[in-house]
Amino acid sequence: MAEDPQAATPAAAVDGENIVEIRNLQYGVAQREIFRDLNISIRRGRVTAIMGPSGTGKTTLLRLITGQIFPDRGSVIVDGAEPKRLNRAELYALRQRMGMLFQNGALLTDLNVFENVAFPVREHTDLPERLIRHLVLTKLHAVGLRGAAEMIPAELSGGMGRRVALARAMVMDPKMLIYDEPFAGLDPISLGVVLRLIRHMNDALGITSIVVSHDVKEISSVADESYLLSGGQVVASGTPKELQRSQSEVVRQFMEGLADGPVPFHYPAPDYATQLLAREEP
Amino acid sequence: MGLLRELWEAFRGAMVTIGDVVLFLGRLLAYTPASFRRFGLIVHQIYNAGALSLVIIMLCGLFVGMVLGLQGFDLLQRFGSEQSLGTAAALGLLKELGPVVTALLFSGRAGTALASEIGLMRATDQLSAIQMMAVDPVRRVCVPRFVGGIIAMPLLAVIFSAIGIYGAQLVGVQMMGVDSGQFWSQMRASVEVRDVMEGVIKSCVFGVACSLIAVYEGFNAIPTAEGVGRATTRTVVISAVVTLLLDYMLTAALL
Amino acid sequence: MRQTRAIELSTGLFALLGFAALFFLLTQITNREIRFGDSSYQLLAKFENIGSLKVGAPVSMSGVTIGRVEKIEFDSTEYKAAATLRIESRYNRIPDDSDASIFTAGLLGGQYIGIGPGGSETYFKDKDQIHFTQSAIVLEDLISKFLFSMAGKDMKQESQGAEAKTE
Repeated sequence: MAEDPQAATPAAAVDGENIVEIRNLQYGVAQREIFRDLNISIRRGRVTAIMGPSGTGKTTLLRLITGQIFPDRGSVIVDGAEPKRLNRAELYALRQRMGMLFQNGALLTDLNVFENVAFPVREHTDLPERLIRHLVLTKLHAVGLRGAAEMIPAELSGGMGRRVALARAMVMDPKMLIYDEPFAGLDPISLGVVLRLIRHMNDALGITSIVVSHDVKEISSVADESYLLSGGQVVASGTPKELQRSQSEVVRQFMEGLADGPVPFHYPAPDYATQLLAREEP
Repeated sequence: MGLLRELWEAFRGAMVTIGDVVLFLGRLLAYTPASFRRFGLIVHQIYNAGALSLVIIMLCGLFVGMVLGLQGFDLLQRFGSEQSLGTAAALGLLKELGPVVTALLFSGRAGTALASEIGLMRATDQLSAIQMMAVDPVRRVCVPRFVGGIIAMPLLAVIFSAIGIYGAQLVGVQMMGVDSGQFWSQMRASVEVRDVMEGVIKSCVFGVACSLIAVYEGFNAIPTAEGVGRATTRTVVISAVVTLLLDYMLTAALL
Repeated sequence: MRQTRAIELSTGLFALLGFAALFFLLTQITNREIRFGDSSYQLLAKFENIGSLKVGAPVSMSGVTIGRVEKIEFDSTEYKAAATLRIESRYNRIPDDSDASIFTAGLLGGQYIGIGPGGSETYFKDKDQIHFTQSAIVLEDLISKFLFSMAGKDMKQESQGAEAKTE
């Protein structure tokens, strides 16, 4: 129930309990520091939400977890392994234990729905065609799109595409599912569908889900635990209810969607009166 | 002084890029033998690069052949050697026009398609997704397209030359009145297998160059709409320059 | 990856078209290559001077190409150039007293071997030698011969003139 910045995460008693451990993470890109001394623990079997204003580096965090980029300082430990230390084969093995849902679905445009979901299976296994068909249709059924198997990505609506991507992320039965802004741009119905799927999959398959989102209301309804990031650090963490009751200004502004507060409305600019009355161009 | 620094920076940048391209080529070549196990992917790419380019290649081949017939006739007539039109057209096409023009057309049609396709995959996170699914995007996306382009190019070039010769014959014999027997017999007497193979070797080399450039530009495109557009443009421009440069080098070497 | 039939078919047709074009170019456009192999036989010919004759140069009779020069070597016993000719088997009725000469195609063209028929009733067999040969004409010899004959004519005229004078 931390409310102040720099809050230590609920100290996980046993390491094995946390599928992702981030300690003292420091990461920057081209002079700009994105994370400063970040600490996050994500427990197995739970749905964990990572929230924050735009530009706080939520997607960057995901890329650090999946090993697409490496920290400047500090450690990122995923399922007991540190991506930075793994060679390519081990890193690929680690990634096979994770499933990721990208912001726009990122379906392969030259394949149809069936082939998209079958892609990881074909690449990594030698299963006979019959078995692949069973597997794919099962996963498509789980997301409700078994009937769309012959369609191509261009024919799918945003919500449908998202669901196919989810089926694809699940097809290899990963231990962990990562969702990058899964609700962005969806209509209320599709939104509801995705929400239901996130919770349902997590519980039915006994996996861990990490959801990066800034749709506070939506994600709060399914998350077990939330982290709020701002300015490169964790400013709040705990269950959604705890965050709702938080008194911190930063948390309040975010959770209630206030236009002005610690994140200011006005982008830094010179004095208004002076600029208007000045003779020259600014 | 500032100018010197800029030149140095430009030079250094070019060296880095060339080094990057060479390393990329190395990776592509290393994965090539294994890629034939997924032959279906390569067939699909041969279709994209070759079969879909057929119409433009055949049309342009015909027109180039016809122009060659016309110009050749006019030129040779001044020396009273119109009978050698067959030889002139055949040699011109087989050794130079066939491989070079095909390469330029290829980079314009297939090269840009390749670059923009891969660039778009980068911009829409598809390459990232593939990486996340523990598949090497270079192996899965780039290599089949690279190999497909290399296989398609020489085939396109010989089709171009063959149709070109027909076009030259159309103009020379049918329209300008060169004797058909002379046209073909002179050609047969002067053109050797060596000349045909020179053209094939050239088009193979051009195929490697143009495919490499297209795949590289697409793969390294900046993931925005503008970035993909720039990658496409660069593909055509760089392919053209490199093709013509290689043409000179190969001609000098093979002569 | 599931391949649509149409794509496979189109690609196959494309490849076929490409190879057909290549075949067309190689056979219709180029020299009809003389099919060697077991349907040819060898003849040997020795020349004082081989000139600029090259391996692969044609061997012809009456202007018709009947074979090619296969090998050119130096014979260190007779101090002559030895050319091995490969003749097509169907031309197996060359009289064995025929001669072989080195000609130049055109004014400054490549050199070739021309065989002039003799009158013998027996014919060349495999590995026979052509005994009557005419070497290549070397330009320098021609020039010096010319100069020599010119000088000779002058001398004759001079001596004739001198004789006339003395008479």
